[in-house]
Amino acid sequence: MNAVIKQHLIDPEICIRCNTCEEACPIDAVTHDDNNYVVNAEICNGCLHCVSPCPTGAIDNWRMVANVYSLDEQFAWQDLPEQAPIKIEAADALEDDVAALLSHAHQGLGGKPVAAASAATPEINLFNRARPAKASVRGNYRLTDADAEADIRHIILDFGEIPFPVLEGQSIGVIPPGIDAQGKPHAIRLYSIASPRDGEKPGANNLALTVKRVPGGICSDYLCDLPKGAQLDVTGPFGATFLMPNDPNAHILMICTGTGSAPFRGFTERRRRAMPDAPGHLHLYFGARRPEELPYFGPLQKIPASLLTQRLCFSRVPEQPRTYVQDRIREDGAQIARLLSDANTHVYICGLRGMETGVDEAFADACRHAGLDWQALKPELRGSGRYHVETY
Amino acid sequence: MLDLMNVDYTTKIPNNVDLASDRQVLKALEGWHPGYIDWWKDMGPDGFQDSLVYLRTAVSVDPKGWAKFDYVKMPEYRWGVLLAPQEADRKVNFGQHMGEPAWQEVPGEYRAMLRRLIVIQGDTEPASVEQQRFLGKTAPSLYDMRNLFQVNVEEGRHLWAMVYLLQKYFGRDGREEADELLRRRSGDADSPRMLGAFNEATPDWLSFFMFTFFTDRDGKMQLESLAQSGFDPLSRTCRFMLTEEAHHMFVGETGVGRTIQRTCEAMIAAGIDDPNDVARVRALGVIDLPTVQKKMNLHYSLSLDLFGSEISTNAANFYNAGLKGRFGETKIDDDHRLTDATYKVAKMVNGEITMVDEPSLTALNMRLRDDYTLDCFKGVERWNKIIEKTGVKFRLELPHTAFHRHIGEFKHTHTTPSGIILDEATWAGQRDNYLPSGADGDFITSLMQPVTEPGAYAGWIAPPKMGIDNKPGEFEYVQIHV
Repeated sequence: MNAVIKQHLIDPEICIRCNTCEEACPIDAVTHDDNNYVVNAEICNGCLHCVSPCPTGAIDNWRMVANVYSLDEQFAWQDLPEQAPIKIEAADALEDDVAALLSHAHQGLGGKPVAAASAATPEINLFNRARPAKASVRGNYRLTDADAEADIRHIILDFGEIPFPVLEGQSIGVIPPGIDAQGKPHAIRLYSIASPRDGEKPGANNLALTVKRVPGGICSDYLCDLPKGAQLDVTGPFGATFLMPNDPNAHILMICTGTGSAPFRGFTERRRRAMPDAPGHLHLYFGARRPEELPYFGPLQKIPASLLTQRLCFSRVPEQPRTYVQDRIREDGAQIARLLSDANTHVYICGLRGMETGVDEAFADACRHAGLDWQALKPELRGSGRYHVETY
Repeated sequence: MLDLMNVDYTTKIPNNVDLASDRQVLKALEGWHPGYIDWWKDMGPDGFQDSLVYLRTAVSVDPKGWAKFDYVKMPEYRWGVLLAPQEADRKVNFGQHMGEPAWQEVPGEYRAMLRRLIVIQGDTEPASVEQQRFLGKTAPSLYDMRNLFQVNVEEGRHLWAMVYLLQKYFGRDGREEADELLRRRSGDADSPRMLGAFNEATPDWLSFFMFTFFTDRDGKMQLESLAQSGFDPLSRTCRFMLTEEAHHMFVGETGVGRTIQRTCEAMIAAGIDDPNDVARVRALGVIDLPTVQKKMNLHYSLSLDLFGSEISTNAANFYNAGLKGRFGETKIDDDHRLTDATYKVAKMVNGEITMVDEPSLTALNMRLRDDYTLDCFKGVERWNKIIEKTGVKFRLELPHTAFHRHIGEFKHTHTTPSGIILDEATWAGQRDNYLPSGADGDFITSLMQPVTEPGAYAGWIAPPKMGIDNKPGEFEYVQIHV
């Protein structure tokens, strides 16, 4: 599939050629000839500055297109073409490389991913490699202790005037500058968004990432070394299934290791801000080597138990037995089984691929002890959009 | 902190000019405010002062805060003082002061000239509200009624904009002029509005649409040239007014467009091929295209008069002084002083209409009028496209600029709409073929029956393609009885 973008267009039948949009556009993406006013897809960043001043509504037209309408095509229009049939529903991404990355990450699900019924409809692929969004670094903080082996960072990206609407659980793509050994541009890397939909800071047009420096990792080195104020190219947002349910009755069981905690930070913060008294409860099983290496260990201590039940598991604390997330799940088996059989429960697993089997077995054990069959339950949960896996 | 983008609603008068710390001007405006409200209640939309109207209000002058929609009673509309953001290091861009920093205060030597410009512009704003005050009662739909009221409250705000400049920069003289703006009345025998077209009646909705298309477009051209002004507060005021003025162009263009759309559809449905078969077309309850053409002839020619004489030393002086520029001044590639340039002007020479080279400086009115004509022409062509699409064979044409003029070169000349000179007697005989007759007016009036059911439209006009603020067809744009 070619990269599909949402192209901003002006309806020539409704437009009165008043020049308001051209005047309003801060980056000169609107232009005109004697016939029509048109939007240059190469320049437009979808900031919507032109939309509310338009007296006619002609400006508020969008088409999903694989090949953008050129200026000359638009100049020649007498009327706006209909939306050509393009299958976009339920796609995680509209670019082959990104879609492949996400499909790989969802493999552990063992079936077709389905979004939670109450999840909001996500925007996807607003920006792609050909037309990335320019973000700037608002902050770049190390989360892990100075003596910890892992360098995990909390990076805040600001989009300024560019609308970049996201939902908890979605990812963005980062394009490291430069070319690889074969002389090709570097591949896009995906990072889960660690902040809620209304921004790292409520109401701000920004988002947070949790990035671990991977030895020899081109993109993670690039990101981890970005100073405050640096600009970078971002694509996305991506992901249409690993999304937080909006239903306040939803119990959310979140299981993660390391930077897999990113989406769950977004989920938790969303609940805390938008529905602190929701009847549904959040449960977090979070594994790391040591507390010093567990991202957001400090902030987690401040979250009230009424909102979130935390089970932190450490595998490398001296003189303590190695504990993994599956061990804690087994310990809590009776409650886990109760949750899994509750129609309001949604399960999310995110982190290293290696955790999948252990968690799956722990679920099976918990179910067996409660007289349930996990192998039968899992497809049911998955099919109803209540079981999600994103691992790497 | 002074926030130039967001509007300060803490004072009685919403503004982005920090009135709160400009006590003297705030006091003057607050003193003027009750008189304005009285004027609005006396001369504003008749019979709808208590209705809730779905209006757009600016909460800031940046694009994102520009259009906030909500229901409001018109007398409670937040009229305010809104200027486009100040451009850093803006210069005077034409005339003898070109290159100097733009003025933030009135230059003493141009005080009288500037005041005159502002008063003339200011006088047109309340005038059109007065002209349109009875139209609400015959609105073809709630959608159209809402658009009328939006135009009205914005004209009211434009008056505020001009009054602010008068009171802030012209002291006692300015305050007196501001009061005069509320005293004159459109069409009043003793105390009329200053310009002719603003004393004509707007008796029906087609007139209103024509007025907003042709006459408000003159306003747009005037504002465009004042937006070039070296007097920065005037420039910033006019720049923001232009954004609102675009809505008025929209109401006019789509209003006429929807009228001819409906006429053509009705003709096709009834199998009428001849657009000039006026009686049969009128029997369908729609406005025949030849009458639309006559209305155009009238409103276009009246609006041309607003540009003043083709040759004008006043216009040259305004330009030289850096007070009023040309349309798109900064985009024109020349010396912006016009010392030796010439411009072709249509004049009567030996009884014939002839193009004569005149100094560009004195021909500035003619030039602005030409820009206006081109703008009108493009709009008329879009109307012709509507007709063409339906398959009806008819073309609307802008009349010649010499047709039916009362100001300038052709005020003593009669011509046909195509510009052929006529003697007095022939003109008198033909007049009703060129301009709306009493009978035409009576017919149009007979169609002006109000339609107030949400989503319904009078039979002579097609519904719009798109709602205001993306609202669905059934939306109740005006809650008449609250």
